[in-house]
Parts: sequence; structure tokens; C-alpha cells
Amino acid sequence: MNELWSLSAQQVSSRVRNGDFTIEDYVFQLLERINAIDDKIKAFITVNDDALETARKIDTKIKRQETIGPLAGVAVGVKDNICTKNIRTTCASKLLHEYKPPFDATVISRLKERDAIIIGKLNLDEFAMGSTTEFGSFGPTHNPWDPNYVVGGSSGGSAASVAASECTVSLGSDTGGSIRCPASFCSVVGFKPTYGSVSRYGLISYSNSLEQIGPIARTVSDIVMMMNAISGHDENDNTTHFQKMYEFSDASDLKKPVRFGLVKELIEGSDPVISRLVYSSMDLLSSAGFKWEEISLNSIDYSLASYYTIAMAEASSNLARYDNLRYGFDCQPEGYEWNSYFSTIRNNFGDEVKKRIMIGSHVLLSGYYSKYYLKAQKIRSILRQEVKKLFKYIDILISPTMPVLPFRLGEGIDNPMKRYLIDANTVIANLIGIPAISIPTGFNDKLPIGVQLMADEMQDQLLLSVSKIYERIAGVRRKPDFI
Amino acid sequence: MTGIVRIGVEIHCQLTGLNSKLFCKCRGDYRNDLPNRNVCPICTGQPGTMPLLNNKAIDYSCMIALALGCTIPSEMGFYRKNYFYPDLPKNYQITQYDSGGIGSVGSNGKLEFGKEYARIRRIQLEEDPGRLIYEGGDMDTSFYTLVDYNRAGTALVEIVTEPDFKDAATVRAFLNKLTSILEHLGVCNTKLEGSVRCDANISIDNGKRVEIKNVGSFREVEKALNFEIIRQESLSSRNIEIKSETRHWDNERKVTKQSRAKEEEQDYKYFLEPDIPIVLLDKSYLNSIQQTMPELPDKRRTRFVEEYHLSDHVSQVLINNKEMADFFESAVRIYSSPKEIANWLVSDLMSYIGVSKTDETSLTDLKIGPRHIAELAKLVDENSISRHTAKSMLNRILRTGEMPSQLVGQFDSSKIIDEKILTKAIEDTFDSERAAVIDASSNPSVINFLLGKVLKLTKGRADPQIALSLIMDKLNKN
Repeated sequence: MNELWSLSAQQVSSRVRNGDFTIEDYVFQLLERINAIDDKIKAFITVNDDALETARKIDTKIKRQETIGPLAGVAVGVKDNICTKNIRTTCASKLLHEYKPPFDATVISRLKERDAIIIGKLNLDEFAMGSTTEFGSFGPTHNPWDPNYVVGGSSGGSAASVAASECTVSLGSDTGGSIRCPASFCSVVGFKPTYGSVSRYGLISYSNSLEQIGPIARTVSDIVMMMNAISGHDENDNTTHFQKMYEFSDASDLKKPVRFGLVKELIEGSDPVISRLVYSSMDLLSSAGFKWEEISLNSIDYSLASYYTIAMAEASSNLARYDNLRYGFDCQPEGYEWNSYFSTIRNNFGDEVKKRIMIGSHVLLSGYYSKYYLKAQKIRSILRQEVKKLFKYIDILISPTMPVLPFRLGEGIDNPMKRYLIDANTVIANLIGIPAISIPTGFNDKLPIGVQLMADEMQDQLLLSVSKIYERIAGVRRKPDFI
Repeated sequence: MTGIVRIGVEIHCQLTGLNSKLFCKCRGDYRNDLPNRNVCPICTGQPGTMPLLNNKAIDYSCMIALALGCTIPSEMGFYRKNYFYPDLPKNYQITQYDSGGIGSVGSNGKLEFGKEYARIRRIQLEEDPGRLIYEGGDMDTSFYTLVDYNRAGTALVEIVTEPDFKDAATVRAFLNKLTSILEHLGVCNTKLEGSVRCDANISIDNGKRVEIKNVGSFREVEKALNFEIIRQESLSSRNIEIKSETRHWDNERKVTKQSRAKEEEQDYKYFLEPDIPIVLLDKSYLNSIQQTMPELPDKRRTRFVEEYHLSDHVSQVLINNKEMADFFESAVRIYSSPKEIANWLVSDLMSYIGVSKTDETSLTDLKIGPRHIAELAKLVDENSISRHTAKSMLNRILRTGEMPSQLVGQFDSSKIIDEKILTKAIEDTFDSERAAVIDASSNPSVINFLLGKVLKLTKGRADPQIALSLIMDKLNKN
């Protein structure tokens, strides 16, 4: 059977049950496809050698009519900062090139329990620090819509592999937009759930108080399917909400009228091509009977500064453990005095990571703590109050996911401030912990444009239902040319 | 002239009563493991792991805070203390911190001991680092260093006092009281090596503060402080400036010496640990801790006086060592003669603890149990054996663990009450101690001397009461 790789997770799961095709065939096709096209995309860091073997095992279960999990056969790509037992997990950093975790992240064991197949590990910016997937030790990932353009980041491999149909769905992590940005740049759906609804156990920390694991897929329905597998309380993560398991519905029926609020500051700050497209989507929403209005978020001006201050501070501490004493790469400590070994090892971080560690250490110094870090936390709580107030009468906040179109690889790499600014729309959800999603909305020539929807904390179901409606209204059906 | 000495102490107490480490499920007891066996991804700081707070450790730290009269906040949090050291798996330590925001488990407490008291500045719950093992004994003489992470992540409670002590002996008394509290709470077996560690700071005449570290035991704390007081006084008497510094106690040479490592003013870049949610310590929780808390030493002492009619002093001596107090109560439950049993413990058994090995010898190392003492007391009460015989029995039981009742025959311990035999012994004594017999008419205390001689002659078997009255009779006849 041809083009099994183009199927959605929903289709795969129902058709392998019916015996339309074997999981082995489907996985084999995906592996062949990765082999054929990933040289151009460079989404994968590691392909899982055991994927076919696992596929055969689940096929046997089906043949014997044993019970199989809801994700049976679905091939999931995993961002390479999520721990997979005995499969190297590199964070695209030289310091972890040879690191094979002794355990599975909670999300990975949940996927395995449901008979999903881990197809491989996906590229990212080193330790997820970046918005373009250019800053990893394995080199950049290329945009499937035009390989000369960036994929966005830091979950660039996760978005590109799904867009290029190298895997059915993937997992990313989102610290300040790292799922939504590449989803937008690659024209796929990327979802960052409410903070605490998906376990972070096994996610290699960049900034613990901001980041969440979330799914990337080609349809909202597949996002729902993934969320039902990975979300819920985890005894290994004290920050997960105490709710055993979420059961998200794929239905698009709404229990009450939904009001949209278009965030004025974010539309004004965007490329005019993008804002025009967003306004025309608002018209489509109106004709579908939805009410929307423009709303203002005053504290947005400071949110980016607050975000980077907090993220870098936490990062400087999280990355302190990489001293190569307990794990890491081959570099004999013999003959070194401790301090010189330590600095020799840590010189292997990339420049972007070094920069963030240094800035992060700086803002935590006792003399600067209240000037930077404490102030950042204050802004965070002011922003939270302001957004919470909005959600009293608005159900869904809407904005462009990215204020800019995908740009060429290497473009503006000398201007880090400009690079940081493109996160302005996405960091809000991380600072507050609310769910946010990016949905394909259109194109400018060949370059994808996504729209971001945000809902109040724990309103993930509402957000997913609205996303399902929005997906239908926006009606983007294109596939990358070379496919 | 002696100046004003101000001493404060910082005690690190391991919560050895816990089954597991503070943030993972590894065993809390690491002492009998081969190096790096009692470890897991969490306590070795593997990427992707997260700390899982041990709730029992919260209970224990709250118990300590309550016992030391501390203010307990309604919300407490954990902080990262960031510094690089090879024994620290994450290169930061998860601890608590008071920055005016979310505080540590206790602050502003007070502990009374005897007629004195010391103020407790704060109490915090934190993780212990791993251990560095220097191949050549210490850092200066080693070519390489080994790291053992078995201890990494075990729960510690740090107790910091105000500089309220004026001499080393008072510090020792405070530490003894604190130890007894920790033992009574059941949170820490203070007899385990390294389970309680004490650093001290000391200044004279409001001068610069000197920290003393690396002190192995409480006895050593006292010695180190006494050395340091003399050192500082002699410097100041010669007008030599005392530097603010950290000094290490050299246990071999019994001196404090300047740390060779440069002690820079470290900036620990504290911030709230994002992976551990704020812990709520509401009133009902604290009430339940208070109600289920074991009896504390002060209350127990009062109870000993009231319930068993022991003297204040004897009660205090028993309670200073929780094992001893427990031993006492177990024995009393078997045979209800509190005074007799207390007497056996305080004046006899106590002297055996400490004679062998070190002063850390524990009651549980001895072969004797409450059953033995209860039976011994009973035999004496019933006049089945003399006290003297009982004492020699005790000596043997300590080694063999035999029951006193089994030994009665062997010790030929039945008392001599036969007046004929006793009279013979008294006559023999009077013959050999003529001078004393003459003195006895003018000095009644000599009577006891004569009684002692009679007891000696009968190898302790003479019934003292009968012998005494016979001696008196004979003296009166003379």
C-alpha cells in the first residue's frame, strides 16, 4: 500500500486495528522516507533502531487479538531533550553527545504503554535555547517548505519532521514558544498545554518554571489523541496538577458562546502581511457567528524582558551539573586540577548557551537580584493578573503566533536582540502557565503563517474544541512541494 | 583579663529516622554500602530528573522546629544554593533560605537547658552532599580524590543559634540537651558517625568573627572552642588583630588552623527551586504534628519526678540519655520498683557506658537489658541476694547476658542470717580491729567501718541489718 506515511495518527490507529496494513509496513515506509529525505531536512539526530522490532511485536498482539493501546502503531518523533531509556539523548550539545539516559521520561513511558512507537530523536537548539534550530551541535534543521529557510525553534526537528511526514506526530517542549514557533513556521499544529498538566519528568530542564512538553501534529484531532496519552498527574513530578488523567474530547461542539479577544499590541507589532491574514481570519470567524473584539494588554511591553531574565537565571543553575564527572563524553580527568577540568569541559557549550549561562548567573548575584530577577518575577505576576482579568469576559485570546515570516538560515544571526524579539507573542503563555496553540492559517507565497489561540489555565479542552473549529474555518490543506 | 566571649553554633543533623533520602527513594541509611551503590538518577543529578519531596522529612523538621519553640511559617519553600563542588551532583544544593519571602521551616526559637537558654535563629531542611575521599588522607597530600555519592541527597536539618554562649562548657550543655531532644523525637540517631555535625563561630570583645569547621564530635567542639578562646585572647592581649576567617580543627594536634583554601566571600545566587511547589503548613497540620509528637525531655523529667518519685537530679541524668530513660521505663514495667531500678542505672550501669571503646558506647552494645535489671532489683528487694552480690552479678551479666535468677546458686549469694555464724564473724573482727572497737564508743561512724569488715569477712553474704544489730549489742556489752 502506498503513502502510509501521509496518514494521520487517528487513521493509523484505526486502520491497523482493521488489519488494512501492518504496523511493520507503515514504520518501514516511514524509515525509508526518513532515509530518502532527511538529508535535506535534518530533523533527526537519532533514528531508533528498535522501531521495526517494536512494530512487529504490536503486529503480533493484533494478530493474536490481544488488547492494544489507543496509539497502537503511531510513530512518534521525540525532541532530543526528552529522556529515552538507552537511546542517546543529546540536547544537541557536545556535553551530552554520548549520553544514554537510564530511564524513560514519563511521557515516553506513557506513549510506550499505549503501544506508540518511538521513531527517533529530533533536532533542536542546544538545550532548547533558541527560536530557529540553528544553534545545535548537529547543525540546523531546514524548513520543508523551503530548505533555505529556518524551521523555527527550538523544537524545529519536531515540527519539520511532522510537516515533512517523516513521522506522524511528535513531542516538543515549549519554554517561550518552542513548540508554537516552529509549528507556525512549518504549517503544522503545535500545542503547549497548561503548566502542570503534562509531566516534565525526563525533560532535560532549560527553565523549569516556564517549560512544558506538548504535541505537534498535522491535525488538531491528533493533538487531542496525544494529549489523552501524555497528560495527567505524575508522582515523579511534584508540579503536575493532581488530576489522574485528562480525557479530552475531539468534538468541536461548544457548551456556550465563545468570545474572542484579538490582542492589539501583538497584531500591531507584526509584519503587515501577517496582520492582514489574521484580520481576514477574524472575518471568517465573524461570518461563522463568533463575536470578537480588540483587547489591550499593557504589561506586554515588559513580558519579553521578564521572560528572558527568568529563563536565563534558571538555565544558569540547571546547566551547572554538566561537569562530566558522573556522565557526559570521553575526556579523562586525570592530570587536571578540579577547576581547570571543569572549565575545559564547560568550554564545550555552544556560544548561545554560554551567553545565557553568563547572563543568568549575573541577574542572580546578590547585588543585581532585586534589580533584575525580582523585578522580572514582579512583571510576571502583574501580567498574570492582567490576563486573568481579561479571561473574565474573553474566552480565547488570539494573535499571530510569530510576528515575522520564516527567514533565511543565518539571517540576523549577529543581532541577538532582534532574534529574541520574535518570541514576543509566545512567551506570555509560558509566563502565566496558560494553554496556547498555533494553527496553520495561510501562506505568504510559500512561507507558512500560523495563528495563536490562548485560553485560561486548565481550559485546555475549550481551547482544543475552538481550535478544531478554527482549523476548519482556516482550511489550510497544503503540503510542502517536494512531498 | 578575660574579654566578653560570644559563641554561636550551627548544627547539621541528619534525619536518620527517615527510610529514604530527601528527594528520591534511595535508602536514607548509606553507612554500610560500597561506594556509589546507594544512588539513583535523581540523587546523582542525571539530566531530566526532578526532586520528589519526602513528606516525612517535612513532618520531622516541623517536629524539631516545634520542640525548639520556633515560629513556623504558613508557607515554606526550597531554594537553590548555587556553587560548584565535586561532591554536589547538581552543582547546587537544595536548601531553605530566608529572604523576606517564602521562609524556612523555623525561626526565632529558644531552647532552655538547665538555668540557661540560647536563642535559635533559624532551622532549615536541606540535602547533604556526597563525600570526597582523599586518597592520601587530606587534600594537601593526595594525588587524586574519589567521590562517593551514597550520602548525596540524605535529609539534613540545619539549626543555627544566635551567639548566645559565653564559654565552651555551656555550648556542650546546650548540645547535650539538643541531642536528647533529637533522640526523643526519634528523628536522628545521634550516635551514628557523622549524624550530628557542629560548626561554631566565636568572637571576643565584639571583635571579628572566626568560624571553626571540621569538628568531629561534641567533645571536640568543647576543646576546639577552648583552644580558640585562648588563641584569640593571647592575640588580643598582644594587640594583634584577629582576622575574620574560617579555621579548621586539627583533631590530631588539637589546634585550630587557618584553612589553606582561599575562603572567598561566595555569592550563592539563591532562588526559589521551581520544581518543588510551595509547602503549606497550616494550623491543622501543625496541630496534628504537635499531638503525635513523642514526649520531649523536659516533660518526661517532670513525669519521672511525679510518677516514679525520683529526685530531680536522677530524673535529669536518666533523661539526658534517651536510651537510658527508655531502659529505665522498660525495666519498671517489668518490676515496679522505680527508685531501686533508677539507682542501678545511675550509679552502676552508667559507669559501664563509656569505659569500653569510646564515649559513644551505647546501651544497646551491652548484653544487659531491662529484664536483667528488673530481676536484679527484685532479688535485692526480696532479700534473696545482698546488694554486694548483686553488683558482682551485674559485672558478669554485662559480659554474658545471663539472667540473675539463674546465677543465684552459682554466686553462693544466699545471705547469712544465722546469728551464730554472724556472731563468730563479728568476734573475729573485734579481735583483729581492737583499736577501732575502742574508738567506736566515742565515734559512731566507726561502727560502719566494723560492719564493712564483717561483710568483707563473709564475702558480702552477711545480712547487713542483722549484723549491724549484733555489732551494736556487742559494743553495748563491752
